[in-house]
Amino acid sequence: MNIAFSILTVVVIGLIPWIGTTAVNLQYLFGIIIPYAAVIIFLLGVVYRIVKWGKSPTPFRIPTTCGQQKTLPWIKQNRIENPSNVVGVIIRMALEILAFRSLFRTTRAELKEGPRLAYGGFPWLWLAALVFHYAFLTVVIRHLRFFLDPVPFFIAWLARLDGLLEVGLPVYMLSGFALFAAVSYLFIRRVVVPQLRYISLAADYFPLFLILCIAGTGILMRYFFKVDVISVRELAVSLAGFQPKLPDNGIGGVSYLFYMHLFYVSVLVAYFPFSKLMHSGGIFLSPTRNLANTNRAVRHINPWNYPVKVHTYAEYEDDFREQMKEAQIPVERD
Amino acid sequence: MYDSGKIIAGLVIFIILITFPFWYNHGKASIAPDRVLPKDQKECVEEISYMTSSHMQLLNDWRTSVVRDTNRIYKNKKGKTFSMSLTNTCLDCHSSKADFCDKCHNYLAVVPYCWECHLTEKGNP
Repeated sequence: MNIAFSILTVVVIGLIPWIGTTAVNLQYLFGIIIPYAAVIIFLLGVVYRIVKWGKSPTPFRIPTTCGQQKTLPWIKQNRIENPSNVVGVIIRMALEILAFRSLFRTTRAELKEGPRLAYGGFPWLWLAALVFHYAFLTVVIRHLRFFLDPVPFFIAWLARLDGLLEVGLPVYMLSGFALFAAVSYLFIRRVVVPQLRYISLAADYFPLFLILCIAGTGILMRYFFKVDVISVRELAVSLAGFQPKLPDNGIGGVSYLFYMHLFYVSVLVAYFPFSKLMHSGGIFLSPTRNLANTNRAVRHINPWNYPVKVHTYAEYEDDFREQMKEAQIPVERD
Repeated sequence: MYDSGKIIAGLVIFIILITFPFWYNHGKASIAPDRVLPKDQKECVEEISYMTSSHMQLLNDWRTSVVRDTNRIYKNKKGKTFSMSLTNTCLDCHSSKADFCDKCHNYLAVVPYCWECHLTEKGNP
C-alpha cells in the first residue's frame, strides 16, 4: 500500500512536466519558476526547522554513549565515545557526519544451530548508506559545471576521477551508477526484510523513488537519449545569475526528459525540509552526539526552572509574632 | 533559542554553501559560444541536431569499428559513405579545433581525451 502510493505519486510527478512541456508549452514554468520556488522553499524550510529545533532545551547531557566516561584517574576514559571536552565532541561529530559511525553499529539477530541466538555485525546498511551519500555528493558537485561560470578547476578534476575507467563516450561516471545501485539496495532492503517492511511508511519509500527517478532520468539523458548540454548549461547559468532565460532553441534532443529530471529535483528540494531528509541538519543537533558528557563535572541548570516565590521563616515570624508570644512560642527576634 | 550562537553560525555557513552558485556568478549569465561552422559544407556526417548531442558517441563507435573491426567505411542514414577518421574526415571541414571543438568543451569543462593520441591539425605534430 505504502509502496504503491509512493510509486503512483512519483509517476504522477513525472507526468506533470511531460504533459506540461509537450502538450502545453509551459517550459517557462518548469524551467524557471518552479526551480526558483523550490530553492526558496528549501532555504526557508531548513532555517525554520533548525530554528524550531534550536528552541528545544537540552537541560542535561544524555550519556547514551558506548565508552567509559571521565572519572577516577586510574580508570581509562574513552575520549571519543564519551568525550568530556570540545575536542572530543568535534571528533565524535566529525566521525558521525563523515563516516556514519553509529550506523556501523547496526547488528542483526540470527538463530543459529542449537537453537542459539546470535547477534552479529551487519555492515551492509552502513556501506550502502556511505556509498549512497558520497555518490550523491559527487553527482551534485559534478552538476556545478552547469551552474558555475567560469567552471572552477576542481570540478573538471572530480569529473576526471569519476570517469576514471574511461569507458564509452560520454565517459561512464561511476558516481551515477553507484548512486542508482545504492538507492536500489536501500529500497530492496525495506521490501525484503519483513520487520522493515512492517515499519516502512510512504514517507520512507517516496524519497527513495524520487532519488531513483532523478538518477534514472539523469543516466538516460547522459547515455541514451541525449539532450543538448550546451542549452542546459545556458539555462542553468541564467538561473544562477538571476537573469532567467530559456535557451533560444529550447533544450535540444529529448527535452521532456530534461524537464522531468529538473522537476523531480525541484520536488525533492522543496520536499526536503518537511521530510525525513532533514536528518542532514538534525545530525548536527543530535543531543546524544554533540554534548560532552560533563554531567558530574559541571553544574547544569534546568533552563525551564521558573523563579519560585518563597516565604522565609523570618517573614512568617513577622506575620504571627504577637500570636506566637501570646501562646508562649519562642521567637527569634522581638 | 538555546545555543543560538552556534546554531545561527551553522545556518549562515549552510546558506553560504548552498547559495554558492548564485554569488559565485555575480548575477551574470554568460551566453553559450557560437559554433563556427564550415563555410563550404552544408551537411555533416549526420543531422546537425544529432551531431550536436551525440557526436561523442558516433566518434566512439567509429573508434571501435576502426580499431577492433578494421572497418573504416561509415554509411550514414542517407546512404552516403564516409571514411571513419577524426583527423581526415572531421577535421577536414572543421579545420580549427580551437574554434570548433574547444569553445563548447571549455564552456562545459569537458576534457575529451581524443587529443591524447590524435593530432590536432594535419601534418602538424
